[in-house]
Amino acid sequence: MNMSLMTVAYIGATMLFILSLGGLSNPETSRRGNLFGIIGMAIAITATLLGPQVTGIASFLNILVAMAAGGALGIYAAVRVKMTQMPELVALMHSLVGLAACLVGFATYIDPTAHFTGAEKIIHEVEIYVGILIGAITFSGSLIAFGKLSGKIGGKPLLLPARHLLNLGLLIVVIAAGRWFLQIETVAAGLVPLLLMTAISLLFGIHMVMAIGGADMPVVVSMLNSYSGWAASATGFMLSNDLLIVVGALVGSSGAILSYIMCRAMNRNFIAVIAGGFGTGGGKAPAAGDPSTPQGEVQAISAAETASLLRQAESVIIVPGYGMAVAQAQHTVCEITTLLRDKGVNVRFGIHPVAGRMPGHMNVLLAEARVPYDIVMEMDEINHDFPNTDVAMVIGANDIVNPVAQENPDSPIAGMPVLEVWNAKQTIVMKRSMASGYAGIDNTLFYKENNRMLFGDAKKMLDEVLGSLRQA
Amino acid sequence: MLIGIPKEIYPRERRVAATPDSVGQLMKLGFSVLLETQAGLEADFTDAAYQKAGAEIAPDAQTVWSRADLILKVRAPIEEPLTEIHEASLLREGATLISFIWPAQNQALMDRLAARKATVLAMDSVPRISRAQKLDALSSMANIGGYRAVVEAAHAFGRFFTGQVTAAGKIPPAKVFIIGVGVAGLSAIGTAKGMGAIVRATDTRPEVKDQIKSMGAEFVAPDYEEEGTGVGGYAKVMSEAYQKAQQDMIAKQAAEVDIIVTTALIPGKPAPKLLTRAMVDSMKPGSVIVDMAAEQGGNCEYTVPNEKILHNGVTIIGYADLPSRLARQSSQVYSTNLVRLMEELCKAKDGTLQVNMEDEVIRGTTVIKDGTITWPPPAPRLSVAPAKPAAAAKPATPLAAKGGHGHGAGAPSSSRSVAVTGLVLAAIFAFIGLNAPETFLNHFTVFVLACFIGYMVIWNVTPALHTPLMSVTNAISSIIVIGALIQISSPSVPITLLAAFAIGLTAVNMFGGFWVTQRMLRMFQKH
Repeated sequence: MNMSLMTVAYIGATMLFILSLGGLSNPETSRRGNLFGIIGMAIAITATLLGPQVTGIASFLNILVAMAAGGALGIYAAVRVKMTQMPELVALMHSLVGLAACLVGFATYIDPTAHFTGAEKIIHEVEIYVGILIGAITFSGSLIAFGKLSGKIGGKPLLLPARHLLNLGLLIVVIAAGRWFLQIETVAAGLVPLLLMTAISLLFGIHMVMAIGGADMPVVVSMLNSYSGWAASATGFMLSNDLLIVVGALVGSSGAILSYIMCRAMNRNFIAVIAGGFGTGGGKAPAAGDPSTPQGEVQAISAAETASLLRQAESVIIVPGYGMAVAQAQHTVCEITTLLRDKGVNVRFGIHPVAGRMPGHMNVLLAEARVPYDIVMEMDEINHDFPNTDVAMVIGANDIVNPVAQENPDSPIAGMPVLEVWNAKQTIVMKRSMASGYAGIDNTLFYKENNRMLFGDAKKMLDEVLGSLRQA
Repeated sequence: MLIGIPKEIYPRERRVAATPDSVGQLMKLGFSVLLETQAGLEADFTDAAYQKAGAEIAPDAQTVWSRADLILKVRAPIEEPLTEIHEASLLREGATLISFIWPAQNQALMDRLAARKATVLAMDSVPRISRAQKLDALSSMANIGGYRAVVEAAHAFGRFFTGQVTAAGKIPPAKVFIIGVGVAGLSAIGTAKGMGAIVRATDTRPEVKDQIKSMGAEFVAPDYEEEGTGVGGYAKVMSEAYQKAQQDMIAKQAAEVDIIVTTALIPGKPAPKLLTRAMVDSMKPGSVIVDMAAEQGGNCEYTVPNEKILHNGVTIIGYADLPSRLARQSSQVYSTNLVRLMEELCKAKDGTLQVNMEDEVIRGTTVIKDGTITWPPPAPRLSVAPAKPAAAAKPATPLAAKGGHGHGAGAPSSSRSVAVTGLVLAAIFAFIGLNAPETFLNHFTVFVLACFIGYMVIWNVTPALHTPLMSVTNAISSIIVIGALIQISSPSVPITLLAAFAIGLTAVNMFGGFWVTQRMLRMFQKH
């Protein structure tokens, strides 16, 4: 296959990748979109294999072995993963992309066949340097994110003293090492600053994600998604390969937009999220007499009473949060939904953009439990329906339904868009205890006159609710 | 402690401060109850029922007042017209009284009670905060009053409320107009709506608009902008221009509707005269006006308090005792309000009173403490309703409005930040253009255009599919494999090793990513 044919094949693959992402605009077209992505990938790989740069039986053998091993591992993980673990899997996969980008970067650097001179040489080396930098940060950052999401590392932000200065120092060292790297003539000597920079980037990735708390994870995961794209793009630049550049840019902008959406849903600045340490500097502690300090007492409710409220309701909105994922309660939620819908109750779901630990997490969980997606609504679609709703049931969510965001301009979450569940005639909040949410502030919803608290493990309590509903 | 329940002596007052149910609840709190004989008779509660619940029956009022440590009543104490003995003077020295008091209007009564070294809690002074809703007797009585107002109107109205098409012809539905939508107004809307009438309502406070609509009524507003919310969620006096616009609007409605229920009150002021003589004269014969503000002077200029009058064929009802006309229901609700208050006052459930002046609700309700007048209380805190709409709602609404996935673009940024971004980009482009060789620029062109395509495509992705989006982009980013494939045929062994390892890693991503995406997307099913 000659170079021109290969280029045309790459263009075809690029188009298929764009169509693949475009297909995700609607669940109906999304499966076809995924198929486009698979075909695009197959075309790109086949074209490369048939191209002039892959030669010799040994190479094909190596590729086959590596592909088979990796592919088997990937499929095994994809089949076995539980939907609640999706954020972990995605984070882990990001780290693989990052590591692969690093490896390709090193391989390109030590490639003896490359001959560049003058400005082209400098640009080539800068591309390698940047590619490895992004790859290494993606790799270590994603590993830490994986650890945090899977609970292997504590979710609390690690706040080192003078961490901003530390980051600045690391950045200066990276730039200095870069200057050094560009002045070196031989490959062997150049490896020293390159490895130094790689080590620092790894450290930087670890430090950056360690400083970010559990509920900011949607932002981090989508940010790392973006980085893995930029890493692919940088690799494309260093190999002068437009396909990699385009695909990397697509993935990179996708992750960047997701990060932006997540930040906006929390009414937080992207820089502030990445700098880490939520609520440590900004929001002041609620003073005495502050209207947001909740007054009064919460009113508990039993599972049986919850069931009777649900049965008497004409319309119900369920607001799930991370707690539902933790308790693996989505299947029971679906059964309750089906039961109530059969009885003519209009049950719908309200999803906050940052509910869960990655963008769209709740939608996937509900889809897994076979909740039809046309009754799963976005926040803006459903917020104005709460006043006409008889019962709003909050399952394992806290900050995303906190009225303080609208009531108290001094609150750390002031201005954050929230699901206005309190406008419903009756709210039921399922929660393990009265502990405050991620933002560390009290939720005045719990103290409202029309709210009832159903304490206990979400799965267990929902099973009881389901039992009572079945009896009636 | 002994709680005394005297029979109400106010003319036409049928309610009673305790029911057999509430007596039981009070006894559970550790109190004993002494009830004047026949106190509950007009609310359909017999002495026998009270006795069964555990109350002791006293033969006359004197006994109740002199023995009880705590008196629960409905109406404020008044002078018995025949014996000319004032109830306040019957109260034992140092005893406690809980009833409606209206301290602003009843200065003489307050002095009298203070002289008895009494502690007095006024049910009309319960602070309007959400925690105190369960003891808010004003609201619970207003709710009943609103219901009864519509029932009275229906009684006086010569037609059906609901529209019907019968063999004898078509009957149009009655049109009901509610002026002042507090608790009573909302209750009236609900009742009239339930009977099938077309209901319209107006109020000076814009935040009740949604409540009106949620009850299925139409909100009618004067053609004028002014914020009408005063302290504690009550209405305030409006400007002259507003009042003019309001009058025009009411006059227009009056000529059109069949029934008007007015409930407009401003705390501490006579009721605003919203229905002028001219407006009433313009109404159709057979129309009915129920003036729920009659006791405070009435919203209608023709209103005679406590009377039902007929004027040019328009019936004007000025009953000031609407809740009392539903005596059994009112007594039940009011006595429950009292029990809730007693629970607050006796947290130990040991039959003793703790008037804790640190508690905001109890502080607000207590008007006399051990003979010292403590009314009015310090200004109430912000109500739970959006009390400062300008300050509180502003940061929230624009953001809420911005949510969702726009098509093709994000939220509009401020022009200044756009300008800054533009300048920075221009500087970067200039730098690249001055320094980079042409081959790099070709790739750079592709890169920038691809970023734009990505931006456009991704904004169209539905938020529900954000997780599949991440996993599919993950799979796609394993395109890095191309870089490794190109290098694997290198003669250098380390490069081959690095490349093979990279191929393995990306294969995990490629196969795993597409597979898990497919698995997820299969789960998204329509109903």
